[in-house]
Order: sequence, then C-alpha cells, then structure tokens
Amino acid sequence: MVLAAPAVLGLAFLVLPLVGLLVRAPWATLPQRLVAPGVGQALRLSLVCATSATAISLLLGVPLAWLLARTALPGRRVVRALVTVPLVLPPVVGGVALLLAFGRRGVIGQYLDAAFGVSLPFTTAGVVVAEAFVAMPFLVIAVEGALRGADPRYEEAAATLGASRWLTFRRVTLPAVAPGIAAGTVLCWARALGEFGATITFAGNFPGTTQTMPLAVYLALETDPDSAAVLSLMLLTVSVVILVSLRERWIGASA
Amino acid sequence: MTSTAPAGAGIRQGNAMSLHADLDVRRGARFRLRTRFDLEPGRTLALLGPNGAGKSTALRALAGLQPLAAGRIRLGDRVLDAPEDRTFVRPEHRSVGVVFQDYLLFGHLSVLDNVAFGLRARGVPRRTAQRRARDWLRRVGLADHDRRRPRSLSGGQAQRVALARALATEPALLLLDEPLAALDAGTRVHIRSELRRHLGDYPGACVLVTHDPLDAMVLADELLVVENGEVVQQGRPADIARHPRTDYVATLVGLNVYRGRAEGTLVDLVGGGTLTTAEPAHGEVFVAFPPTAVSLHAGRPDGSPRNTWPVTVAGVEQHAHTVRVRLAGTPDVLADVTPAAVAELDLTEGNALWAAVKATETHTYPA
Repeated sequence: MVLAAPAVLGLAFLVLPLVGLLVRAPWATLPQRLVAPGVGQALRLSLVCATSATAISLLLGVPLAWLLARTALPGRRVVRALVTVPLVLPPVVGGVALLLAFGRRGVIGQYLDAAFGVSLPFTTAGVVVAEAFVAMPFLVIAVEGALRGADPRYEEAAATLGASRWLTFRRVTLPAVAPGIAAGTVLCWARALGEFGATITFAGNFPGTTQTMPLAVYLALETDPDSAAVLSLMLLTVSVVILVSLRERWIGASA
Repeated sequence: MTSTAPAGAGIRQGNAMSLHADLDVRRGARFRLRTRFDLEPGRTLALLGPNGAGKSTALRALAGLQPLAAGRIRLGDRVLDAPEDRTFVRPEHRSVGVVFQDYLLFGHLSVLDNVAFGLRARGVPRRTAQRRARDWLRRVGLADHDRRRPRSLSGGQAQRVALARALATEPALLLLDEPLAALDAGTRVHIRSELRRHLGDYPGACVLVTHDPLDAMVLADELLVVENGEVVQQGRPADIARHPRTDYVATLVGLNVYRGRAEGTLVDLVGGGTLTTAEPAHGEVFVAFPPTAVSLHAGRPDGSPRNTWPVTVAGVEQHAHTVRVRLAGTPDVLADVTPAAVAELDLTEGNALWAAVKATETHTYPA
C-alpha cells in the first residue's frame, strides 16, 4: 500500500503530458495543418534519416556486438565502456564532438574535405551521422545482451557440420538473436527519430535538408504552438504504431 | 579433403579411416585427462566414467572444438591436431559428425533443414542436400516429420534427428556425447537398440562417451574406463565386466553380458549354455543382467527362477557392502551376495554351487 500511491503518481506523471497533447491538439484544423507545406517534408526527412541511421547502426553495430559478446578481445571492458559513452553523453555534447571530428576543419573532416570534397556538417548526411552516433549504442547493447543469452554451443554444432564461421554467423547466430536484434532496432530507430541535440548542433536546422520533425516542433513552438502540437501528435502516432506492430511480431514472442 | 564421399555411392569406401588418438586434454588448471587408443573403421569405442571425468572434453578435442594440450589426433593419413607440430585443423574442416548430449538441433530450421545443414555447408546444392536429408530421415524412421520444428519433437525423435544430421555428411568419425542420457527410461531401451543398429551400418570409426555402463556394453566394441583423469581399464566390454581390475570398474560395469541366438524367450549362448529371458526376440542378441540378480544355492533350487545351472567358485572379492563371487560354469557368471550369505554358503574356491537368475531380471538387446 505504501508503494501504490507513488506508483499511481508515477504512471500519471508519464501519461498526463500525452493526455495534455491529445486534449489541446487543434483537432478542427488538423487536416489542413497536416497537408501544410513543410510538414510532409519534415516528416519524410525524419523517416528517411532515422531509417538510414538505423541501417548504418545495424551494419556496424551487430558486428560490434558480436565482437563484444563472442570473442576474447583484449580490453573488451574498455571497448564496451566506449560504446556506452554516447548513451550517457548529453546529445549536444555529442554534436559538438562530431563537429570537431567531422567538421570541415575537424580531425577527420579536413581530410574528407581535401580528399573527396565531402563535408558532412549541415547536410542530410550529417543528420544521419548525428542520429547514428546517438542511437547505435542502444542497438549494440541490446544485440550484445541477446548474443550473451544465446547458447554458443549451437555455433559449435554448426562448425562440426562443416559450416564456416561466416556461414555459422548468418545461418545460426543471427536467427537465434533475431528477437534481440528486432528489439534493438526498434530502440535505435525510435531514438534516431527523436534525436534533437546532436542533430541541431552538427547538422543545423535547414528546412528540407536537415530540419527533422523534432527540430520543426521546436521551431514551430515559438511561432505557432498549434502546429507544434500537430507535429508532436504525428511523431507520437508514428512511434506508437511502429512499437505496437513490432512488438506483436517479434518482441512479444520472447516476452 | 579426401573424406567427403560423393553423393550416395561412395559411403562404404569414403569414410573407412582409422583413428589414432593420443589425447592430453585439460580444463582449467586442475583437471586433466590422458588417454591413448587406436580405432579401426566400423568399430565403436566407449569412454566410460563418472560425470565430470573429462570424457566430454576428450570428445571436444576429437571434434576440434578444443585444442589438445599435448598429443596427437590422426584420422586416416591426416593429422588433425598435433600441438608439437603446431598443426590444428578447425572443426569445420574435419570429417567428423557429432551427436551432442542435448542434441543442439537448430530451433529456427525445420527437421529437414537441420539434417541438410551439413551438406549445404559443404556446398551440396539445395535439392540434392534435401533429397539426401530425406533419405536419412527415412533411415531413422522420421520420413513424415521433415517439416516439423525440432521443438515439437519428442526426446527420442530429437535424438534420431540429431543422429541423422551427424551422419548425413558421411563423416569418417562419429562422436556421440551421452547419446541416451536425455531420454526417459522407456524410450531409452528402444532408442538404444536402434542406435546399435545404426552403428552397425556405419562404416566409419565411432567414439561415444557415457556414464552408463549398460549403454557402453550394448553399443561399444571396445571400452575405455576413465577414472581420475586416467584410463584404468581397457578392453572388450564382456572381458572388462568379467575381470574388473579395480573396485571402481567392478561396481561400474558390474553386469553379466552374453551374446547368443534367441528363439522366442530362449537364448542359446555363444560360449555354451541357455538362458530364458522375459522379452521374446529372434536372431543375434545380447542378454544382460546385474550380479545382484544372481542368487546362489547349495543345492538345486526349486520354484520360480527359470534359469538354474551348476557352477564352481572361481574367486571371491570383497566390495564395500557386498561380496562379488566369480563363478565358472556354462555360462560363467558374476554374483553379488551379502556377507551373511558368504558365511552360509561355503564360498571357497573350487566349491560347487547352483546359480539362479529370474527371467524377469534379464534384459535382451539385438546384437
């Protein structure tokens, strides 16, 4: 009973702001606002960037998780700690760090610029980089946990059947950790979709190229609060739909 | 690699390779097992010992899942592991099939794809691999289970799928890790004799690891008894059962095992003598019963025992709580009696007695 009151209070605290959003949303003018120029653009950009960042995270993060979970890598604890840093780092700091590394005069950026004429800051690619930087650790941690939970003896069984390590990884390890990868992907994608601080610091806020939904929401709030509510409502809807659909297909199976 | 037999035809020739094993395996700092043996193709060797004796570690070394600390493994002409020469062949490049204790069937693949996995991994085209996998499923009696998931199989069925999966690549060496340990008693009897039949058909060398003396007796042609990291006795199962050299072996393999020809419940033994069994059978069989099932009498006993025959005392050994008596007769037999019985009967060497065994105490297995 002592715990019930704070629990209810905690739930209310989590739910009430969303109720507020639903109550105050300008339902009457919603259709017009949804088709207003800029809204579709920001939504499309957000989805494209979050999905790209998730794809990059999968491509790089799954092998990284495998390295952490399955090999006797020297200094593995240090590597894991490094992977978790972006998780706890304030995103704005991440954005500054990205600028110093990949900016036109950055540690790596200056060579990218000189050699390929590539400049990441203030471009759509920059948005993807910023989102991947912040979101990838979620995926790595989730997949590493799944790999640790998966019995490595199945991989041994595959080896005795003549499977190379690569084939074993594809045909035995990956299917075994699929629910973990799905969960990690959802977390990663949701984090990328909501990413604000690193994006605005590293990629700026240019409509059409770097202005994602969260940035649009922030900007709209200063000029047109009703628009901000509509945009927020859309982000909320997208998140809930994705979460529910994935939950039923993959995550639910392991729960 | 010369070991992968061509599709179908080359089974008999392809994997007839003898195994030379000189194993020194270690686990952690304290545990160590050393053993040496040679095994001809078509023969089955059992490593018998208590749980935690390092038998599975030896098996892992043979499979290439763990390198030897010292020694040498050779299969045919090919050295698989020799730390001295810095030779180590990775498991996927060895012609070895393994049946793991808990089978380790891939849960996300159908039964058919599980069996076809090894062939696919070795580059056999999908349709050929599936056809051969279906053949193997038929041989283990699971032809109509090909689309099932491993999770939906019974323990006995899973064991057969694991065997089919290991044999499908036609390995030169088959390794069985406690192949029957995960089964319940009823299924076990059935699967044991079935496994024996498959091992009889299998042309390669087979090493199996077990803590169950009956499994070892029924399945193996040769027996290595492992105790405290050393082999304490080595030989044919029946010889070891009759002439245990340590107390441990005596209690471990304390079984009377006979080979013979069955006609219904009557079995004519190879070494002479006849036994009546409870389970009717036909053809070549093994009959086994524990020494505790044998009772000794001064005169010919009347009543229920179906098997009675005259014997003479050949030796008496004191064990912890019982006395084991070696008796010569047709057939020879081991009997465990209580110290009280020793006093009652005159158990001096050369003394004549009657041995009796109830038919219901015997177990019969196809040879």
